[in-house]
Amino acid sequence: MRMKFFAALALTVAMGSALMVFATPPPAGSGSITGKVTYTGTPMKMKPIDMSKEPSCAKQHATPITTENVATGPGNTLQWVVVYISAGDEGTTTASQGVRYDQKGCQYLPHVLTMLAGQQLQIYNDDQTSHNIHPLAKVNQEWNKSQPPGSPPIDTKWDKPEFIAVKCNIHPWMHGYFAVLKTSHVSITGEDGTFDIKGLSPGKYTVTAWQEQYGTKTQDVTVGAGAATANFVFTATPY
Amino acid sequence: MTLKKFAVTFALGSMALLTAGATVSTAQSHVNSPDPLLGTPSVATETSNIDGITGHAESGKHLYRRFCIGCHGPDGNGQGMNAQWIDPKPRDFTEATFKCRSTPTGTLPTDEDLYNAITRGFVTTNMPSWRPLNPQQRADLVAFIKTWSPRWAKEKPGASLNIPPETAITIESILHGRELFQKLECWKCHGPEGHADGPSASTLTDSKGNPILPFNFSTGERFMCGDSNRDLYRIFMTGLDGSPMPSFADVIQPNDAWDLVHFLRTLQVALPNQELTLWQTYKAAHGKDLKPIGPDSAGGAQ
Repeated sequence: MRMKFFAALALTVAMGSALMVFATPPPAGSGSITGKVTYTGTPMKMKPIDMSKEPSCAKQHATPITTENVATGPGNTLQWVVVYISAGDEGTTTASQGVRYDQKGCQYLPHVLTMLAGQQLQIYNDDQTSHNIHPLAKVNQEWNKSQPPGSPPIDTKWDKPEFIAVKCNIHPWMHGYFAVLKTSHVSITGEDGTFDIKGLSPGKYTVTAWQEQYGTKTQDVTVGAGAATANFVFTATPY
Repeated sequence: MTLKKFAVTFALGSMALLTAGATVSTAQSHVNSPDPLLGTPSVATETSNIDGITGHAESGKHLYRRFCIGCHGPDGNGQGMNAQWIDPKPRDFTEATFKCRSTPTGTLPTDEDLYNAITRGFVTTNMPSWRPLNPQQRADLVAFIKTWSPRWAKEKPGASLNIPPETAITIESILHGRELFQKLECWKCHGPEGHADGPSASTLTDSKGNPILPFNFSTGERFMCGDSNRDLYRIFMTGLDGSPMPSFADVIQPNDAWDLVHFLRTLQVALPNQELTLWQTYKAAHGKDLKPIGPDSAGGAQ
C-alpha cells in the first residue's frame, strides 16, 4: 500500500516537471536586449567645474572634471542613459543587497545610480569636507541631511519609482540622480552609448530610455532566445 | 471746478468704478466656476489635534478662503494672486514639505508645528502672525491645510525631536560651539562671522529653484521658526525642508548642539544677549589667540 502511494507520487511529480519543461521552451532568462543610445543635433557643452573654493576636492582631480548633464562620446553616443524594462517584466522586485553611492572629490559616484524601490541605499562621504545630501524627490519625500567628514554612511531607501535629482547645496556643482525603478532589468549606457539588459525570458517588452536632460523614449521589443536589439536616438538641443 | 480738474476727477472716478467692477466680476466668476475648495470627502473628515483643541477642516475651509487664499491660492499650491509679488514664495501645501518642523527631515510635521507656524507667522516673509484668529480657528486651518496633500492620509507625522534641558552658558561651551561651526562648515553658507556671505551663499536655491539667502545672524533679525534657544536648537537639528538648510540630527550630539546654539548667539551682534556679552569679554582678552573661522583654519576643510 505504502509503496504504491510513493510510486504514484513519484509519477505525478515526474509528469509535472515534464509538463513544466514543455510549457516554457527556451530556458528562462537567456534572452537580452542590447543597443546603443545616440543623439542628433547639438548637445549643450559640458563645462569644466571650478572647485577652487574647495581645495581638498580640487586637488583630487588632475584635470578639472566637467558637468555631466549630457555626457557624450565619440560617434554621438550618450552616456548615463538609464535603459530599463518599463512593461512586460516579471523580473526581480526585491533586492537581497543594497547599493552604494559615494561622494568623492566633490563628485557623485556614480553620476546616475539605479536601484529598486525599497532597496537599501548607503550614501558615503569619502571627502575631507562636509556635504549635505539633498535628494529633490517629488513622488517620494524630499529630505536634506548634513554629512561631515568621517560620518557613518546614511542608510536609506526610496519607496516609490522616481528619477530623483540629488544635489549638495554646499558644493552647488555636485549633481547626480537616483533612478528608482520597479525592475531590476536595467542597464546604464557607458561612454560608448551601449547598454545590455540581461536575464530576460522570451516575450514582448516595452523598453524605456531615460536621459536626465532629454527625458524618456520608449519602444516595444520582442525577445527570443538570444539578444534582441533596440537603439535609441535623442534629439539634442544646445540649451 | 475747472474743466481740467473735472476731467481728472472723472477719470479717477471711472477708474475706481472699473476696479470695483473688476473685483465684482472676479468674485462672481469664482462663484460660477467649479470651486476647488468645495471639497473632496477628505475635506470633511480631516481633523487636527492641538493641546486638547480639535480642529475641523470643514470650518478651516471657510477661514482659508477668507484669509489664506490670496497668497496660497485656491488650489493650495502657493500660487495665489499675490504670489507673484512675494519672495520667499508662499508655501505649496500640495507638496507637504514644511520648513519649521519638530520632526525629522523628510517627515510630516506635527499638528502643533503647523499651529505654531500659523500663530507665529514668518518674520522677514509676507506671512503674518495669525494670533488675531482664536486657537480654535487656527486649529481648524491646520486641519484644512492637511487636505491639500494625500500624504496626510497615508503617513503619520515624524516623532518630535527630544530637546534635553539647556546646558550652562559658559565660555567653554561657546568655544566648543565655535569649533563645530568650523567643523560642520556652517560658515560655507552663513559666513565666517554669520553675515550670510560664505562661499556657497550666492549659489543657493530652494527646492523649486528660486534663489534663497542663508540666515544672516549679524543683523539681529529673528529666526523664522521661533526665537528661543530651544527653537534655534531645533532649527539646525531638523533642518528646513525645501530649503538648502540640511538636518544635523544624525551628526550632532545633544550636548554639542547646545554648544553650537550658544556660539550662534554670539554671532547676533545686533541683538544683545547673554552669550554675546560673555563672548565679547572673552574676545577682548583672548581675541588674538583665536584662529579665524574659514578655509585656512584647522578643522573640516583644509
